[in-house]
Amino acid sequence: MRAVGLNTLRGYRRMAVASRLAIGGSVLLLLIAASAAVSLSMGPVGIPASHVGSIVLSFLGLETVPFGRTEQLVIEQIRLPRILVGAVVGVALGVAGATMQGLFRNPMADPGIIGVSAGGAVGAVAAIATGAASLFFLALPLFAFVGAIAATFLVYGIAAAGGRFSMATLLLAGVAVNAFLGAVVSAIIILLPGADALREVLFWLAGGLDSRAWEHVRIAAPPILAGTFVILLMARDLNLLMLGDDEARSMGVHVGTARVVLLSAAALVTGAAVAVSGTIAFVGLVTPHILRLLIGPDHRVLVPMSALGGAVFVTVADTVARTIIQPAEFRVGVLTAFVGAPFFILLLIRNKRQVYSL
Amino acid sequence: MNGHEPPAIVAEDLSYSVEAQTLLDVVHLHAEQGQFVGIIGPNGAGKSTLLRALSGMLRHQHGAVRLEGTDLRSLSSREVAAALALVPQIAPYTHGFTSFELVLMGRYPHLGRFQIEGREDDRIARDAMRRTDTERFADRTLDTLSGGERQRIFVSRALAQQPRILLLDEPTSNLDVYHQLKVLDLVRQLVDEGLTAVAAIHDLHMAARYCDRLVLLSEGRVLAEGTPDEVLTPEAIESAFGVRCAVYQEPVTGSLAISLIGPADGEDA
Ligand SMILES: Nc1ncnc2c1ncn2[C@@H]1O[C@H](COP(=O)(O)OP(=O)(O)OP(=O)(O)O)[C@@H](O)[C@H]1O
Ligand SMILES: [Mg+2]
Repeated sequence: MRAVGLNTLRGYRRMAVASRLAIGGSVLLLLIAASAAVSLSMGPVGIPASHVGSIVLSFLGLETVPFGRTEQLVIEQIRLPRILVGAVVGVALGVAGATMQGLFRNPMADPGIIGVSAGGAVGAVAAIATGAASLFFLALPLFAFVGAIAATFLVYGIAAAGGRFSMATLLLAGVAVNAFLGAVVSAIIILLPGADALREVLFWLAGGLDSRAWEHVRIAAPPILAGTFVILLMARDLNLLMLGDDEARSMGVHVGTARVVLLSAAALVTGAAVAVSGTIAFVGLVTPHILRLLIGPDHRVLVPMSALGGAVFVTVADTVARTIIQPAEFRVGVLTAFVGAPFFILLLIRNKRQVYSL
Repeated sequence: MNGHEPPAIVAEDLSYSVEAQTLLDVVHLHAEQGQFVGIIGPNGAGKSTLLRALSGMLRHQHGAVRLEGTDLRSLSSREVAAALALVPQIAPYTHGFTSFELVLMGRYPHLGRFQIEGREDDRIARDAMRRTDTERFADRTLDTLSGGERQRIFVSRALAQQPRILLLDEPTSNLDVYHQLKVLDLVRQLVDEGLTAVAAIHDLHMAARYCDRLVLLSEGRVLAEGTPDEVLTPEAIESAFGVRCAVYQEPVTGSLAISLIGPADGEDA
């Protein structure tokens, strides 16, 4: 078991980057398509696969099997946007996780490490507490986004204070700011009047994708795709940064700039994800981690595969979450933690020697 | 070569201190194109610091480093990396990269931002591994290699970088005698083909045997500089290392050999 990534996929790791991207990408895109198709057909209104197929084709102007108007509405207005939000959130968490783990040279780093999630939570809770959320439905994601980005800047500012940036300080500043913002959220909750608002806050904090609509796709997708693109361009620098600042510098990376750009891009994608879905635990930690064991640490392949892998993870988890206890719904954030945490512990135990000899 | 070319690399009156400690004290070093310059000196003399300065890794230093006549500070890190490679004294932790993946990284400075390595880069990397006798480790991750094997991988990566100037920080410290000779022979051969090499070397005999010139450092200062015969005198060695020794011409290879008699502060004579 120890050498899972090396023996089973040795041939894969020997291939050129382009072939690795093509093969890995095809496999994961197929998985995304399959899980999306299953997800589209499942729910309180069961829709047969043939109808799902023809409804999707009808978006492209192709008529095949006839289907019901309700079925079409359910897919078009409820399930499809929800799946798309889940997929872009998964992309964001996978990419940000891979980036953070590379930057921190630590397979345990999580996108939330730089305060993004906690900042987002403060923003979201503030939107609910001030009533802004009930006046304007995009107020909550926008507040959350601003909170997420602001927290990241705060953490980075602390780590770079005095002109000498340190990754270790960044990590510790992240811990401190996370704790502080957690206290702010608790304080707001305690002072919050009314059970409805309280419920709304707790609901948001658990992380979920219910009643996500096209608007959410529209606000989350552009920053996530832009940030992902930037990180992909920097993937080679990330490989070198993982070996150390000196290594990276001696191989031609402008270390200071590369780090700021990567951190900002990771904060941008995580902030956008947190804004539309709350904190979905473990996806950003587990996805790049498992993929690294399978396909190796080359970020030019690992980042795009983590993007697609994250999308698969969230899509599958959300489908299970919303169908497992029908007619009620489970929060996807709770489910990812339920499944993700034990799985992760199993990985830790099995691969102790291979990956964690830091 | 018209004889008027600037030296491949020069450190001009380089000083560097961290907090109150002076690590380099007005150090001068130059290496002409096609020369192999050795840096010798005791632990803590500043050899690694000097090599880091030569590769442009130190900030806030005084004095200048010139790469083929151009101040290092006016070059981008990429331009520097395309011209100059450094084999570090202590190999970094490599997080599951295989040897081949690591050696291939030597090609990065030569690739455009949107470019990925092609067949030619693959060939260069394989060739570099062949020259250090490490091809059979290509698919192994670095953490499964022995210290000396790992060191040879980092030498391969520097070769794959195809630099004009090669900086080596004790490249043979973990190598068995066979591979010490192989690696230094290789560097010597590349130097004879036009490469410029600067290496920190602990083994004084090896330094004398392979280098054109030596720089003896002690406490951040240059104690002596010149050909091995000029630098490796018993007096200089005693003052730098605190070791009494005899220096003589070794009859088999013809190079200098040093017999260590004992620490200068020792009891017995
Ligand atoms: N960041 C630092 N802060 C303080 N002192 C430092 C720092 N870096 C290096 N030094 C000191 O500078 C001196 C020179 O270090 P350097 O690594 O250049 O020595 P060296 O000649 O390469 O030694 P060795 O033979 O052991 O490799 C040492 O005394 C070391 O303790
Ligand atoms: Mg040293």
